[in-house]
Amino acid sequence: MFTFFTHFQISESKQAFSEELFDFKAQAGQNRRSALSKPSERVGVRFRLPPLFSVFSHRRSMAGKWLPAAELTASGRPVLCPGEIESSLLSSVDLHSEENPNFPNFKSGILILTTHRLLWISDSAPGTATAVAVPLAAINHIFPLKKSIKSMFASPRIRFQVSAAPDGKVDAGGSNLAVITLVLRGKGDHEAFVSKFWEAWRARAWESETPKSGSSSGTGGSGSREGESGWSSNGLRLAGVSGILRKEQEMWESTDKSLQEAFQDLNALMSKAKEMVMLAEKMRQKLLSGPTTQPGANDEEMGSKQEMQDWMLSVGIASPVTKESAGALYHQQLSRQLADFVKIPLEKAGGMINLIDIYCLFNRARGTELISPEDLLQACSIWEKFDVPVMLRKFDSGVMVIQNKSHTDEEVFARIKSLALKPDALKTGLSASDAAMTLGIAPAMAKEHLLTAESKGFLCRDVSADGFQFYINFFHEIDPSDLYFVKDYGIYDTWVKAALAS
Amino acid sequence: MQKLGDLKLPNFFNYPPYFTLQPVRDTREKQVQLWKELILDYCRTQKIFVIGLEEEFPLFSNPVIERTLSHEAKEAFLSALVAEGRAEWMDKGHKKCLILWHRIQDWADLILRFVRENGLEDSVMTVEEIRSGTESRGTELHGMDRTVLMRALKQLEHKGKLAIFKGTSADDEGVKFSL
Repeated sequence: MFTFFTHFQISESKQAFSEELFDFKAQAGQNRRSALSKPSERVGVRFRLPPLFSVFSHRRSMAGKWLPAAELTASGRPVLCPGEIESSLLSSVDLHSEENPNFPNFKSGILILTTHRLLWISDSAPGTATAVAVPLAAINHIFPLKKSIKSMFASPRIRFQVSAAPDGKVDAGGSNLAVITLVLRGKGDHEAFVSKFWEAWRARAWESETPKSGSSSGTGGSGSREGESGWSSNGLRLAGVSGILRKEQEMWESTDKSLQEAFQDLNALMSKAKEMVMLAEKMRQKLLSGPTTQPGANDEEMGSKQEMQDWMLSVGIASPVTKESAGALYHQQLSRQLADFVKIPLEKAGGMINLIDIYCLFNRARGTELISPEDLLQACSIWEKFDVPVMLRKFDSGVMVIQNKSHTDEEVFARIKSLALKPDALKTGLSASDAAMTLGIAPAMAKEHLLTAESKGFLCRDVSADGFQFYINFFHEIDPSDLYFVKDYGIYDTWVKAALAS
Repeated sequence: MQKLGDLKLPNFFNYPPYFTLQPVRDTREKQVQLWKELILDYCRTQKIFVIGLEEEFPLFSNPVIERTLSHEAKEAFLSALVAEGRAEWMDKGHKKCLILWHRIQDWADLILRFVRENGLEDSVMTVEEIRSGTESRGTELHGMDRTVLMRALKQLEHKGKLAIFKGTSADDEGVKFSL
């Protein structure tokens, strides 16, 4: 291989070289991917690409080419496979294959690089977006960015070669070859993207997946696998009590080792992130089952169990959108990710959640790439432009909440009104905590609802040494010119009857 | 029915929010209206002419529900009465309020009626006699507040129905009717 490249350096015509290169590729088989990707070799591979291009168009005729589709969430964010992590994001990218006239022209979309795929998402409303993916496993070779006077003024183009099945569909195991071009028309750090692209491609995260799930480093079902064989990894018998003890011991050792490796440095931690999550999950299970088996579980244990549960809630997002990976589209992508994330806490909180609570939850889930309050606010305000099922709402008191669009005010007022007409509420009023308990929402939210109902005229406030209560409002039913008249079956009437009953 | 003095109290007097100054505009307007009426009715039945904000006023608290109006609320309701012309602040500090459950005009008319009914058209009376004399017993004039009476008399004087003059004793004045 090395000799081949030195040959190139003294080769007479570029055309000749291109043909040689082509043959080399055809013959090198599986090795060609690794052959051309080593940095030392890239040094020699600085040649003009157009001739190579034409070679392909002569020698290869493609049938209709297709890219596998990529799944999107309701907010237009890509659905990632387990273990897949986003690395970079660019806007205004065209994706096409020049040699194949039947290939659909994907124009001006968002390009997302992950550890496993290159995703292209069209820049339209979430419901109508199209998304396709190029599995990194299918890429054989990435052509380096050509540097010429012409390329300085034009949009940079990244070209790479993929394997395809005979019918043209891009497939890692395909025997045919095809070239895909990305035209980066948007602003952004193209050089950084290219280097990330190379890194992701070389890291081959999709391959390490299979052996990983096999060994699992003692987290998950490895115990059963070892048990099946009857022999531990040390070659010792796994029968009987000693076998069980030995199994436990080995699991602890491998967990320990994994922990040590993971925390050695930040890079190692990030690659081990998935394992850490599984480990934490296992610990949680243990904690959950532990106290119930012991009689007289004390408060301390329950407290730590609660803590673990809270921490679990936070470990949800493995692929945070960062300024680095998304650049100018940071707020847009963040906004979409936030819309997805917020769904579960919203359900738990009964349809409305304080912005501050979301700030804490979201940042906890992101782990290290925290967002600032301003970013959060901006992300929420962008929701108006998209068609997401959540909205930001500011109350008169200044409190800001995120609520489901389906969660209407009228519905809440109806519930509050019926609450205020109950006998207890008629006699002693409705406090924020009473309402919170009955409606199943946070007390601060309940108070906001009560205040809003008051401003609409449904309720009246009662401020005294006993506290702050709300009563159903019937002032409008009283006639100032006849103070003693009580209309039958009105709210005033209902209240009078209830008050007299006490 | 609950009573406060001679006044029958309406049901809403036991409604706790009635004793909290409502922040919502429409609700407050209604609340103010009800308080204005109640204050006037109470003062009329009890013949109260002056309300002092710094003193205890039976109408402003309800021991049954353990609620009392705040100073701010009292001032708000009384100011509403003043704005309507049914009361007047007696001092700049808004500490005392003169309640005109009859307007000055109404008092003036009552005095005139009293004079006619008792055939006092051309006679002379002291101010005290008008408000506490035997003739006025049984009428609304009896037990009238002196300030209010003087105001009514002055109004009638402007109309030329009577003349006020200084009497023999230092602090009493006399009135000569000339209807």
